[in-house]
Amino acid sequence: MLDKSFIGRKYEPFSFEVEKGRIRQFANAIGDDNPIYRDEAAAKAEGYRAIPAPPTFPYVAIMDADQAFTVLRDIGADISRSLHGEQWFTYQGLIYAGDVVSGRQKIVDIFDKKNGALEFIVTEVSLTNQNNEPVCAMKSVVVVRN
Amino acid sequence: MTQSPSFADVNVGDAIPSLDKPAIDRVQLALYAGGSGDHNAIHLDDDRAKSGGLPGVIAHGMLSMAFLGELVGNWVPQSQIREFGGRFASIVKPGDVVTCGGTIKAKDTINGENRVEVEIHAETGDGNRAIVGKAVVALP
Repeated sequence: MLDKSFIGRKYEPFSFEVEKGRIRQFANAIGDDNPIYRDEAAAKAEGYRAIPAPPTFPYVAIMDADQAFTVLRDIGADISRSLHGEQWFTYQGLIYAGDVVSGRQKIVDIFDKKNGALEFIVTEVSLTNQNNEPVCAMKSVVVVRN
Repeated sequence: MTQSPSFADVNVGDAIPSLDKPAIDRVQLALYAGGSGDHNAIHLDDDRAKSGGLPGVIAHGMLSMAFLGELVGNWVPQSQIREFGGRFASIVKPGDVVTCGGTIKAKDTINGENRVEVEIHAETGDGNRAIVGKAVVALP
Protein backbone atom coordinates (compact mmCIF):
# COMPACT_ATOMS: atom_id res chain seq x y z
CA MET A 1 0.00 0.00 0.00
CA LEU A 2 1.19 3.48 -0.78
CA ASP A 3 2.19 5.61 2.17
CA LYS A 4 -0.70 7.99 2.85
CA SER A 5 1.56 10.21 4.97
CA PHE A 6 2.59 11.80 1.63
CA ILE A 7 -0.84 13.48 1.47
CA GLY A 8 -0.31 17.21 1.86
CA ARG A 9 3.31 17.09 0.74
CA LYS A 10 4.44 20.14 -1.22
CA TYR A 11 7.36 19.98 -3.61
CA GLU A 12 9.98 22.61 -4.34
CA PRO A 13 8.89 25.21 -6.92
CA PHE A 14 9.87 24.49 -10.51
CA SER A 15 9.89 26.64 -13.61
CA PHE A 16 9.71 25.99 -17.33
CA GLU A 17 10.71 28.19 -20.26
CA VAL A 18 8.12 28.02 -23.02
CA GLU A 19 10.05 27.95 -26.29
CA LYS A 20 8.46 28.65 -29.66
CA GLY A 21 10.16 25.59 -31.15
CA ARG A 22 8.82 23.37 -28.39
CA ILE A 23 5.25 24.50 -29.08
CA ARG A 24 5.73 23.76 -32.79
CA GLN A 25 7.26 20.37 -31.99
CA PHE A 26 4.34 19.56 -29.69
CA ALA A 27 1.75 20.68 -32.27
CA ASN A 28 3.48 18.58 -34.92
CA ALA A 29 3.55 15.53 -32.63
CA ILE A 30 -0.19 15.72 -31.93
CA GLY A 31 -0.97 16.55 -35.58
CA ASP A 32 -2.75 19.84 -34.87
CA ASP A 33 -2.33 21.97 -38.00
CA ASN A 34 -3.63 25.22 -36.49
CA PRO A 35 -1.25 27.95 -37.74
CA ILE A 36 -1.46 29.88 -34.44
CA TYR A 37 0.90 27.26 -32.92
CA ARG A 38 3.58 27.91 -35.57
CA ASP A 39 3.21 31.35 -37.07
CA GLU A 40 3.39 34.47 -34.91
CA ALA A 41 1.60 36.56 -37.55
CA ALA A 42 -1.29 34.07 -37.66
CA ALA A 43 -1.49 34.09 -33.85
CA LYS A 44 -1.52 37.90 -33.70
CA ALA A 45 -4.16 38.06 -36.45
CA GLU A 46 -6.41 36.06 -34.11
CA GLY A 47 -5.78 38.41 -31.20
CA TYR A 48 -3.05 36.49 -29.35
CA ARG A 49 -0.04 38.47 -28.12
CA ALA A 50 2.34 35.74 -29.30
CA ILE A 51 2.23 32.06 -30.25
CA PRO A 52 -0.06 30.42 -27.66
CA ALA A 53 0.62 26.99 -26.17
CA PRO A 54 -2.12 24.41 -26.96
CA PRO A 55 -4.68 23.50 -24.25
CA THR A 56 -2.85 20.44 -22.90
CA PHE A 57 0.63 22.00 -23.16
CA PRO A 58 0.67 23.13 -19.49
CA TYR A 59 1.12 19.46 -18.63
CA VAL A 60 4.40 19.55 -20.58
CA ALA A 61 5.74 21.91 -17.91
CA ILE A 62 5.06 19.19 -15.33
CA MET A 63 6.62 16.39 -17.36
CA ASP A 64 9.59 18.42 -18.51
CA ALA A 65 10.39 19.31 -14.90
CA ASP A 66 10.06 15.59 -14.02
CA GLN A 67 7.39 16.45 -11.45
CA ALA A 68 5.01 13.53 -12.08
CA PHE A 69 7.68 10.81 -11.98
CA THR A 70 9.38 12.39 -8.97
CA VAL A 71 6.19 11.87 -6.96
CA LEU A 72 5.89 8.24 -8.09
CA ARG A 73 9.53 7.53 -7.22
CA ASP A 74 9.19 9.20 -3.82
CA ILE A 75 6.07 7.24 -2.97
CA GLY A 76 7.67 4.04 -4.24
CA ALA A 77 5.14 3.37 -7.01
CA ASP A 78 6.30 1.30 -10.00
CA ILE A 79 6.28 3.70 -12.98
CA SER A 80 5.70 0.85 -15.46
CA ARG A 81 2.53 -0.06 -13.53
CA SER A 82 1.28 3.52 -13.30
CA LEU A 83 -1.29 4.98 -15.68
CA HIS A 84 -2.72 8.45 -16.05
CA GLY A 85 -6.25 8.25 -14.67
CA GLU A 86 -7.60 11.78 -15.03
CA GLN A 87 -6.32 15.19 -16.04
CA TRP A 88 -8.10 18.50 -15.56
CA PHE A 89 -7.17 22.06 -16.52
CA THR A 90 -8.69 25.35 -15.40
CA TYR A 91 -7.41 28.32 -17.40
CA GLN A 92 -7.06 31.80 -15.94
CA GLY A 93 -5.05 32.94 -18.95
CA LEU A 94 -2.95 31.65 -21.79
CA ILE A 95 0.65 30.52 -21.88
CA TYR A 96 2.66 32.04 -24.71
CA ALA A 97 5.97 31.32 -26.40
CA GLY A 98 8.61 33.28 -24.53
CA ASP A 99 6.88 32.94 -21.16
CA VAL A 100 8.46 31.37 -18.12
CA VAL A 101 5.88 29.52 -16.05
CA SER A 102 6.38 28.41 -12.47
CA GLY A 103 4.51 26.08 -10.20
CA ARG A 104 4.67 23.94 -7.14
CA GLN A 105 3.32 20.44 -6.98
CA LYS A 106 1.18 19.26 -4.09
CA ILE A 107 -0.05 15.75 -3.29
CA VAL A 108 -3.68 16.27 -2.32
CA ASP A 109 -4.88 12.69 -1.91
CA ILE A 110 -3.87 9.03 -1.96
CA PHE A 111 -6.57 6.37 -1.84
CA ASP A 112 -7.27 2.83 -3.04
CA LYS A 113 -10.09 0.82 -4.58
CA LYS A 114 -10.77 -2.90 -4.95
CA ASN A 115 -9.02 -3.73 -1.67
CA GLY A 116 -5.81 -2.05 -2.75
CA ALA A 117 -5.65 -3.57 -6.26
CA LEU A 118 -5.81 -0.03 -7.60
CA GLU A 119 -4.26 2.93 -5.84
CA PHE A 120 -4.78 6.55 -6.80
CA ILE A 121 -2.47 9.52 -6.35
CA VAL A 122 -4.01 12.98 -6.79
CA THR A 123 -1.73 15.97 -7.35
CA GLU A 124 -2.34 19.65 -8.08
CA VAL A 125 -0.17 22.32 -9.65
CA SER A 126 -1.02 25.96 -10.34
CA LEU A 127 1.13 27.70 -12.93
CA THR A 128 1.88 31.41 -12.94
CA ASN A 129 3.78 33.27 -15.61
CA GLN A 130 6.77 35.64 -15.35
CA ASN A 131 4.40 38.53 -14.50
CA ASN A 132 3.03 36.54 -11.57
CA GLU A 133 -0.30 36.14 -13.36
CA PRO A 134 -2.04 32.79 -12.77
CA VAL A 135 -2.45 30.99 -16.10
CA CYS A 136 -3.49 27.42 -15.43
CA ALA A 137 -4.44 25.17 -12.53
CA MET A 138 -4.05 21.44 -13.08
CA LYS A 139 -5.27 18.38 -11.26
CA SER A 140 -3.84 14.95 -12.08
CA VAL A 141 -4.91 11.49 -10.99
CA VAL A 142 -2.43 8.64 -11.47
CA VAL A 143 -3.58 5.03 -11.08
CA VAL A 144 -1.12 2.42 -9.80
CA ARG A 145 -2.07 -1.16 -10.70
CA ASN A 146 -0.83 -3.50 -7.97
CA MET B 1 -9.09 31.31 -38.48
CA THR B 2 -11.33 29.84 -35.81
CA GLN B 3 -14.63 31.76 -35.75
CA SER B 4 -16.55 31.50 -32.53
CA PRO B 5 -20.18 30.40 -32.53
CA SER B 6 -22.42 32.78 -30.58
CA PHE B 7 -24.06 31.90 -27.27
CA ALA B 8 -27.49 32.64 -28.73
CA ASP B 9 -26.98 30.24 -31.64
CA VAL B 10 -26.06 27.12 -29.66
CA ASN B 11 -28.47 24.86 -27.81
CA VAL B 12 -28.23 22.12 -25.23
CA GLY B 13 -28.03 18.84 -27.12
CA ASP B 14 -26.15 20.28 -30.11
CA ALA B 15 -23.14 18.30 -31.29
CA ILE B 16 -19.93 20.20 -31.93
CA PRO B 17 -17.98 19.42 -35.16
CA SER B 18 -16.19 16.09 -34.72
CA LEU B 19 -12.51 15.38 -35.36
CA ASP B 20 -11.11 12.22 -36.98
CA LYS B 21 -7.42 11.63 -36.38
CA PRO B 22 -5.20 9.31 -38.43
CA ALA B 23 -4.23 5.98 -36.83
CA ILE B 24 -1.70 6.35 -34.04
CA ASP B 25 1.64 4.71 -34.79
CA ARG B 26 4.84 4.20 -32.86
CA VAL B 27 6.54 7.10 -34.61
CA GLN B 28 3.84 9.41 -33.27
CA LEU B 29 4.39 8.02 -29.76
CA ALA B 30 8.12 8.74 -30.08
CA LEU B 31 7.43 12.25 -31.36
CA TYR B 32 4.92 12.84 -28.56
CA ALA B 33 7.41 11.56 -25.97
CA GLY B 34 9.91 14.14 -27.23
CA GLY B 35 7.40 16.94 -27.58
CA SER B 36 5.71 16.39 -24.24
CA GLY B 37 8.66 15.33 -22.11
CA ASP B 38 6.82 12.12 -21.12
CA HIS B 39 9.49 9.48 -21.73
CA ASN B 40 7.76 6.70 -19.76
CA ALA B 41 9.03 3.46 -21.33
CA ILE B 42 5.51 1.96 -21.46
CA HIS B 43 4.94 4.22 -24.49
CA LEU B 44 8.19 3.38 -26.26
CA ASP B 45 9.53 -0.04 -25.33
CA ASP B 46 7.45 -3.23 -25.71
CA ASP B 47 9.61 -5.17 -23.27
CA ARG B 48 9.22 -2.59 -20.52
CA ALA B 49 5.48 -2.29 -21.23
CA LYS B 50 5.05 -6.07 -20.96
CA SER B 51 7.02 -6.17 -17.71
CA GLY B 52 4.44 -3.74 -16.38
CA GLY B 53 1.65 -6.14 -17.29
CA LEU B 54 0.56 -4.40 -20.49
CA PRO B 55 0.10 -6.14 -23.86
CA GLY B 56 2.79 -3.92 -25.39
CA VAL B 57 3.38 -0.19 -25.76
CA ILE B 58 0.33 1.96 -25.21
CA ALA B 59 -0.31 5.52 -26.33
CA HIS B 60 0.13 8.38 -23.90
CA GLY B 61 -3.28 9.26 -22.51
CA MET B 62 -2.30 12.89 -22.93
CA LEU B 63 -1.89 12.35 -26.69
CA SER B 64 -5.58 11.50 -27.03
CA MET B 65 -6.40 14.36 -24.67
CA ALA B 66 -4.42 16.66 -26.95
CA PHE B 67 -6.72 15.50 -29.78
CA LEU B 68 -9.63 16.67 -27.62
CA GLY B 69 -7.84 20.00 -27.24
CA GLU B 70 -7.71 20.24 -31.03
CA LEU B 71 -11.42 19.32 -31.20
CA VAL B 72 -12.39 22.19 -28.89
CA GLY B 73 -9.84 24.59 -30.43
CA ASN B 74 -11.31 23.95 -33.88
CA TRP B 75 -14.74 24.90 -32.55
CA VAL B 76 -13.91 28.02 -30.54
CA PRO B 77 -10.76 30.16 -30.29
CA GLN B 78 -8.51 28.68 -27.63
CA SER B 79 -8.63 31.91 -25.61
CA GLN B 80 -12.29 31.11 -24.84
CA ILE B 81 -11.60 27.75 -23.16
CA ARG B 82 -12.11 28.08 -19.40
CA GLU B 83 -12.00 24.46 -18.23
CA PHE B 84 -10.96 21.29 -19.97
CA GLY B 85 -10.10 17.72 -19.06
CA GLY B 86 -11.27 14.20 -18.61
CA ARG B 87 -10.94 10.69 -17.31
CA PHE B 88 -8.92 8.07 -19.19
CA ALA B 89 -11.45 5.26 -19.51
CA SER B 90 -9.48 2.76 -21.61
CA ILE B 91 -6.03 2.38 -23.12
CA VAL B 92 -5.18 3.37 -26.70
CA LYS B 93 -2.71 1.27 -28.67
CA PRO B 94 -0.66 1.79 -31.84
CA GLY B 95 -2.95 1.23 -34.83
CA ASP B 96 -5.99 2.67 -33.06
CA VAL B 97 -7.94 5.37 -34.88
CA VAL B 98 -9.15 8.00 -32.42
CA THR B 99 -12.24 10.03 -33.22
CA CYS B 100 -13.34 12.93 -31.06
CA GLY B 101 -16.71 14.53 -30.52
CA GLY B 102 -18.77 16.51 -28.08
CA THR B 103 -22.28 17.56 -27.11
CA ILE B 104 -23.44 20.73 -25.39
CA LYS B 105 -24.76 19.88 -21.93
CA ALA B 106 -25.52 23.24 -20.33
CA LYS B 107 -25.67 26.98 -20.97
CA ASP B 108 -24.99 29.35 -18.09
CA THR B 109 -23.95 32.90 -17.34
CA ILE B 110 -21.14 32.86 -14.79
CA ASN B 111 -19.52 36.08 -13.48
CA GLY B 112 -21.30 37.91 -16.28
CA GLU B 113 -19.79 35.65 -18.93
CA ASN B 114 -21.83 33.40 -21.20
CA ARG B 115 -20.48 29.87 -20.94
CA VAL B 116 -21.41 26.47 -22.25
CA GLU B 117 -20.45 23.11 -20.83
CA VAL B 118 -19.62 20.46 -23.39
CA GLU B 119 -19.32 16.72 -22.82
CA ILE B 120 -16.31 15.65 -24.90
CA HIS B 121 -15.03 12.19 -25.71
CA ALA B 122 -12.33 10.33 -27.61
CA GLU B 123 -13.29 6.94 -29.03
CA THR B 124 -11.31 4.11 -30.60
CA GLY B 125 -14.08 2.53 -32.66
CA ASP B 126 -17.17 0.51 -31.81
CA GLY B 127 -18.13 3.25 -29.39
CA ASN B 128 -15.25 2.35 -27.05
CA ARG B 129 -14.49 5.45 -25.02
CA ALA B 130 -10.83 6.17 -24.40
CA ILE B 131 -11.53 9.50 -22.70
CA VAL B 132 -14.70 10.89 -21.21
CA GLY B 133 -14.26 14.56 -20.51
CA LYS B 134 -15.68 18.02 -20.21
CA ALA B 135 -14.92 21.45 -21.57
CA VAL B 136 -16.32 24.79 -20.44
CA VAL B 137 -16.00 27.57 -23.01
CA ALA B 138 -17.02 31.21 -23.07
CA LEU B 139 -19.10 32.31 -26.04
CA PRO B 140 -19.83 35.87 -27.21
